[in-house]
Amino acid sequence: MSGDYEAVIGLEVHVELKTKSKVFCPCSTEFGAPPNTHVCPVCLGLPGVLPVLNKQVVELALRAALALNCRVAAFCKFDRKNYYYPDLPKNYQISQYDLPLALDGYLEIDTEYGSKRVGIIRIHMEEDAGKLIHEGEALNPGKYSLVDYNRTGVPLLEIVSQPDMTSPEEARAYLEKLKAVLQYTDVSDCRMEEGSLRCDANVSVRPAGSTELWTKTEVKNMNSFRSVQRALAYEIERQIGLYEGGEQVVQETMAWDEAHGVTVPMRSKEEAHDYRYFPEPDLVPLRIEAEWIGRVKEHLPELPDARKHRLMQDYGLSAYDAGVITASRDLADYFDACVAAYPQAKTVANWLMGDFSRLLNSYNLEPRQAPVSPAELVELMVMIDRGKISGKMGKTVLEEMFATGKKAKDVVAEKGLAQISDAESLRPIIQEVIAANPGPVEDFRQGKEKALGFLVGQVMRATRGQANPALVNELLKESMN
Amino acid sequence: MSISLEEVEHVALLARLELGPAEKEAYTQQLNAILGYMEKLNELDTENVEPMAHVLPLANVFREDEVKPGLAPEAALDQAPDKHDNQFRVPKIV
Ligand SMILES: [Zn+2]
Repeated sequence: MSGDYEAVIGLEVHVELKTKSKVFCPCSTEFGAPPNTHVCPVCLGLPGVLPVLNKQVVELALRAALALNCRVAAFCKFDRKNYYYPDLPKNYQISQYDLPLALDGYLEIDTEYGSKRVGIIRIHMEEDAGKLIHEGEALNPGKYSLVDYNRTGVPLLEIVSQPDMTSPEEARAYLEKLKAVLQYTDVSDCRMEEGSLRCDANVSVRPAGSTELWTKTEVKNMNSFRSVQRALAYEIERQIGLYEGGEQVVQETMAWDEAHGVTVPMRSKEEAHDYRYFPEPDLVPLRIEAEWIGRVKEHLPELPDARKHRLMQDYGLSAYDAGVITASRDLADYFDACVAAYPQAKTVANWLMGDFSRLLNSYNLEPRQAPVSPAELVELMVMIDRGKISGKMGKTVLEEMFATGKKAKDVVAEKGLAQISDAESLRPIIQEVIAANPGPVEDFRQGKEKALGFLVGQVMRATRGQANPALVNELLKESMN
Repeated sequence: MSISLEEVEHVALLARLELGPAEKEAYTQQLNAILGYMEKLNELDTENVEPMAHVLPLANVFREDEVKPGLAPEAALDQAPDKHDNQFRVPKIV
């Protein structure tokens, strides 16, 4: 970014709640089912049906609200947001408008200048819409769209931040942290590739250090955290470019084009935003008693920041290491399982942040899906400590464990990684051991077989356990006779 | 407060209603009559009255998070004017 400007970024995030059934009907929320197999008269919006609120939706929403330091409204209600689009069979979406579930929260993020608090304006509950598949191909578009209503009525939380972020990196840090909090609290899977976390951004620029707000644009269609960061970086430069060229930024909605790395204006009709909200007459309001809030608060699990501090305090990890490990609940759980069996926490951290993470990425897996269990990784670390294999070989062994799902000792045995089995590389070490231990050598020559065992042990130690013991035995005898 | 013909046209468009000139005229009058009555209600002092969120004196009606089978896709699509591969087919709107 040019030094004369700073960005003002606010994010609007939608996450799918981890419930078994939809928000207003008992249809399954399972992802990836064949089209229109999780539908019923309620979510299809057939006449005469009544929605009934899933209690678990409120429970999870409260959990998110409290974990994000929000004030929970004692009274809230649902409203109809009216618009016509084929993904919405009722022609309105049940959402919350003027009385949302929660307000005024914040999230602490780590930035290059230290910790920073990003405000959260509001959190509300709503239902998801269906999925449209456009027929035809890019070059030969069809006349029709196909509609699958399986996602219609899946519960969502909309989490709206204050425009407190000043760079694409901060926006990304906010998303990473939000994802961590929602995963720790089991509110959502936050899988952007499955659409269980979606993000739109409001962005404007202004002279650095100023408090004015200049015209903002809304950026949509970002499919990964990385694309959010790229899209914002592009949009900020685009806006600065306009001002520098004496032009103005137009308030409009931009779509991120991932393939070309640009934001382009989205065509939309003027009245598209005239939603004519009104209270949903089919649902009664919610009164959230302090007792309910207290119970949810009491059962909140350890959150990422607390876990990070625990890892620093209990295991002496650096803030950076603890931050990387606790960014994902999965990885933090994996870490805890490892250190329970193997107390050298720093070694565990190095493996998890290094080769283990690299291999997870290359296989596109979450830590809990790793083909190597914490116990198996511990086994590998122990083999290295005991000199059975070198640290360098350990990396190769881990790769093989990922590729084949085999245990470390089997990989080592099959690949012969542990042993030096050629006489030529062992002879100099054997000569050294003989020279350094005249007493035991003499004992052996006197017929004391036990002395041979000691000398073999010395060679094994000198080769960090990698020598083939049978061969060492043979070579020692040969050299001493 | 009164409502103009243009506003009636705008609301009709939002509701995807195609109205003839006579209907537009009639609805403009009817809507103005309704809004006129609202004006009358506005004369009341509602300073200390909580806005009403619902006509029923109820709150917190829930169902448990349990899955029940819904409709088979054939049944769900039975009345669809157009369909393809167990999906509703609609004119493309971008
Ligand atoms: Zn349903």
